[in-house]
Amino acid sequence: MAKTLYDKLWDAHLVKDLGDGSALIYIDRHLIHEVTSPQAFEGLRMAGRKPWRLSANLAVPDHNVPTTDRHNIEDPVSKLQLQTLDENCATTGIIKFEINDPRQGIVHVIGPEQGASLPGMTIVCGDSHTSTNGALGALAFGIGTSEVEHVLATQCLVSQKAKNMLINVNGQVGRGVTAKDIILAIIGEIGTAGGTGFTIEYAGDAIRELSMEGRMTICNMSIEAGARAGMIAVDQKTIDYVRGKPFSPKGELWEKAIESWRNLKSDDDASFDKVVDINAADIQPQVTWGTSPEMVVAVGDRVPDPGSEADPVKQQGMMRALEYMDLKPGIPVTDIKLDKIFLGSCTNSRIEDLRAAAKVIKGHKIADNIKLAMVVPGSGLVKQQAEAEGLDKVFVGSGFEWREPGCSMCLGMNPDRLEPGERCASTSNRNFEGRQGQGGRTHLVSPAMAAAAAIAGHFVDVRSFGE
Amino acid sequence: MRAFKTLTGIVVPLDRPNVDTDAIIPKQYLKSIHRTGFGVTLFDDWRYLEPGKPGDDHSKRKVNTDFVLNQPRYEKGEILLARKNFGCGSSREHAVWALMDYGFKVVIAPSYADIFFSNSLKNGLLPVVLTESELDELFEATFANEGYQLTVNLEEQSIITPDGKAYSFDIDTGYKNRLLQGLDEIGITLRDRDAIRAYEDKARQLSPWLFGDRT
Ligand code: SF4
Repeated sequence: MAKTLYDKLWDAHLVKDLGDGSALIYIDRHLIHEVTSPQAFEGLRMAGRKPWRLSANLAVPDHNVPTTDRHNIEDPVSKLQLQTLDENCATTGIIKFEINDPRQGIVHVIGPEQGASLPGMTIVCGDSHTSTNGALGALAFGIGTSEVEHVLATQCLVSQKAKNMLINVNGQVGRGVTAKDIILAIIGEIGTAGGTGFTIEYAGDAIRELSMEGRMTICNMSIEAGARAGMIAVDQKTIDYVRGKPFSPKGELWEKAIESWRNLKSDDDASFDKVVDINAADIQPQVTWGTSPEMVVAVGDRVPDPGSEADPVKQQGMMRALEYMDLKPGIPVTDIKLDKIFLGSCTNSRIEDLRAAAKVIKGHKIADNIKLAMVVPGSGLVKQQAEAEGLDKVFVGSGFEWREPGCSMCLGMNPDRLEPGERCASTSNRNFEGRQGQGGRTHLVSPAMAAAAAIAGHFVDVRSFGE
Repeated sequence: MRAFKTLTGIVVPLDRPNVDTDAIIPKQYLKSIHRTGFGVTLFDDWRYLEPGKPGDDHSKRKVNTDFVLNQPRYEKGEILLARKNFGCGSSREHAVWALMDYGFKVVIAPSYADIFFSNSLKNGLLPVVLTESELDELFEATFANEGYQLTVNLEEQSIITPDGKAYSFDIDTGYKNRLLQGLDEIGITLRDRDAIRAYEDKARQLSPWLFGDRT
């Protein structure tokens, strides 16, 4: 029978059908960070259990790490959580990148960067944006802490198979339209619960044309579309990307691996439970206006009017969002003035993101009303690469702060956050109430759009910026 | 895991869709390395008027009296009524721990985010799915009657109102049995250790690169 890519990955990892609608699935790679793991290690210890297979695990601190001084963590609670990860890895023998290791970074950035995430793998992490790794043709999804403990103890998960959804982005996107705009437009179309219960495969010319990093941005936000996992078929780009990474197979094993990876695509006649077609040419640079990623419009549009929404529950949600965001319906998006700019997060902190932003700001200064514009590279290696290309100088020259890698203001567990009422153009993935700091207002955009907004002081269409 | 069989409890109506896990338990509290103590900061941003942080004496903070959890009529609530896509956002299990630590044992909503749903089941918080219109009825009844209670019976898969109306709900058999017995899922999986070993032997042949250490 013809299979989807998801079917293939699922079948290849099936240890046992449990007969009650769930199955035992084998996990090839388990990535660990400091926030969702302490209680799992605690549970393991209390039950007298040991990790099943040490080499399947890789740990890194990212959520709490300061982006300025790395050696002096002021918040005692953050410090304890980071120390707890150290201790848990030391006692179990799990490999961990230290906070000052150049390989440290956001867990979803370092997995692919290190080749720790490979095509064909099942990859999990106690973090919903694990879906990022699906860009490699892997089944990657976020899990809760009980599941972290379960994977540590058994290398398996009890899981139910999701349904198959195919999202085709057909044709070509226009100039200035990036992977971030594509995924925001998809979420605007299907809604934040549109993918609930599904695994999404992204396909179509516009997806195939994206770089691996662009594909990671797409898969990253699958969770914002409601799907636990998103994935993209393996092609030559995937293989070229993985080649030579520290954890990638070498020599004979490499040859064997790529031979098997070439099968990691849906069969031509595979059937999907749901298919969504999107015309790439219709996608414009996107800006979210509300407190859910589905509350998104094109930069040339206006903030929508709840009055024109027929569904009363939606209408109420829109009104609440506008109030929280302190926006009037009907104003042009380009009239929205900003206080802060955040360039970072597992969605958009890789080298291509930094290059795209640097290209926009080069030779310009940030606007006077911008209190803080910061760049937080996704990993120490991204940072090194950017510095080798002189991008740090471009950022600093324009008035941006150039920081150390971590999650930073994506969720503000470290000292980087919005103050109540502050408005931010952010390249991250969630614009929920209080996400970047209590009372803070987040607008999600692409790196190029965030860069242009930093210079203008308000949103602008990056395609006409500088003309 | 805590077992769940049946419960009669006070109903708390949280009348908004897409309640995300950042709202259920804001990030500053995720720094704890334990599973308990999250109840006082459940829905923190809505519940209190100023920001709080771990270690604060939360009993001294100014409360938002408009928020449902602060209304005396909903005190000691054990059943949370919610709207669609409840628990969307991050994978933080702290959201479930916070709801349970507060005292909730059941959530009733038309739909849930996937990770939240499975986290609930793994901790013994029962996520019941009813239709939007059934939820409308329950919201209305809860608003109209002070001290409104429902009886949730997992064995029978039913919810009974004080005037005897019954709503039935679906739940996957595997989940149901584990919840009823409060079974330790890891213990159950480890009974299949031979099957896991056999899988690994086969996978090691087929895809040896997945089993190497760093090269
Ligand atoms: S960057 Fe943001 S979304 Fe990504 S893992 Fe960190 S906190 Fe989560």
